[in-house]
Amino acid sequence: MTNDPAPTLPRPVTDDKRVMRNYPEQPPVIPHSINNYQLTLKTNRCLDCHRRQYTEASGAPMISVTHFMDRDGQVLADVTSRRYFCTACHVIQNGVQPPVPNTFQDMVLLP
Amino acid sequence: MTRLKALLFWFWDIAIHPSTHLSLAFLALGGFVCGIMFWGAFNTALELTNTEKFCTSCHEMRDNIYQELQRTVHFSNRSGVRATCPDCHVPHNWTDKIARKMQASQEVWGKMFGTIATRQKFLDHRLELAKHEWARMQANDSLECRNCHSAIAMDFSRQTSRAATIHAKFLIPGQRTCIDCHKGIAHQLPDMTGIEPGWLEPPEERGRESSIESLRSYATAIQP
Repeated sequence: MTNDPAPTLPRPVTDDKRVMRNYPEQPPVIPHSINNYQLTLKTNRCLDCHRRQYTEASGAPMISVTHFMDRDGQVLADVTSRRYFCTACHVIQNGVQPPVPNTFQDMVLLP
Repeated sequence: MTRLKALLFWFWDIAIHPSTHLSLAFLALGGFVCGIMFWGAFNTALELTNTEKFCTSCHEMRDNIYQELQRTVHFSNRSGVRATCPDCHVPHNWTDKIARKMQASQEVWGKMFGTIATRQKFLDHRLELAKHEWARMQANDSLECRNCHSAIAMDFSRQTSRAATIHAKFLIPGQRTCIDCHKGIAHQLPDMTGIEPGWLEPPEERGRESSIESLRSYATAIQP
């Protein structure tokens, strides 16, 4: 193990362009800055735009219907508690090269 | 003792009939100088209460909101400009400042009775306190934001297109003021259940009802 300092993180991608998923179940990545967005038990800044009732005016994609389902598959009226913390799965993108090589290939490109 | 009494009588005599002892010029000039000194002292004391150091000398401020402020862009950023407590919470204009300072006497009352003396008490009151600040800034068109940020100086081409679109739609025509959307930028938010996002247009200003409202009015109409 060397003690090289970690490179500085470039600014996040904020072009608001929806990015194709690398596989169907991939949580969509966030194409905007979420710096200082409050995501606590008290409030969820993401849902200010992505909640179903607000998407018509905000133009943001609605959170998927799977996020309304509790663990028994019952669809609730709003986001379920197990899907409430968006950044557990959805992340911003920074233009960095992966430090470890990756052999992932999109399945449609497989021979 | 008798000397002291004599001295007091002498002073009292001058104090109630000063113009029989002292010249008009001395009284006028003396009054003027005293006035300047009083005013200077008053303003200096007032400005002392207008500092971050003063605000954070109480644990209520230091342990709660000051800690949260330190994680935000208003405390530390690339250009090294910092907004301190009074920059946002005390009007800069003198009359408005005095009015706010008089209101703040209620906060002294709160301090004496420990209204927000513990973290839990503070969290319990957070929504009420936040609502006061939101109302104040809505009433003065976010004056404290605009002391530094002006709409005229905003280069929309350097904002993300999303921000530029929303600013062009709401900020420029004056439909909304900064605080309507930019809540919780310097401190954590209270429980926001039931508080709608600031950019949501009230129904009367929209061209048509949104889908959710037409559903709501339909549901009310078909109720037996």
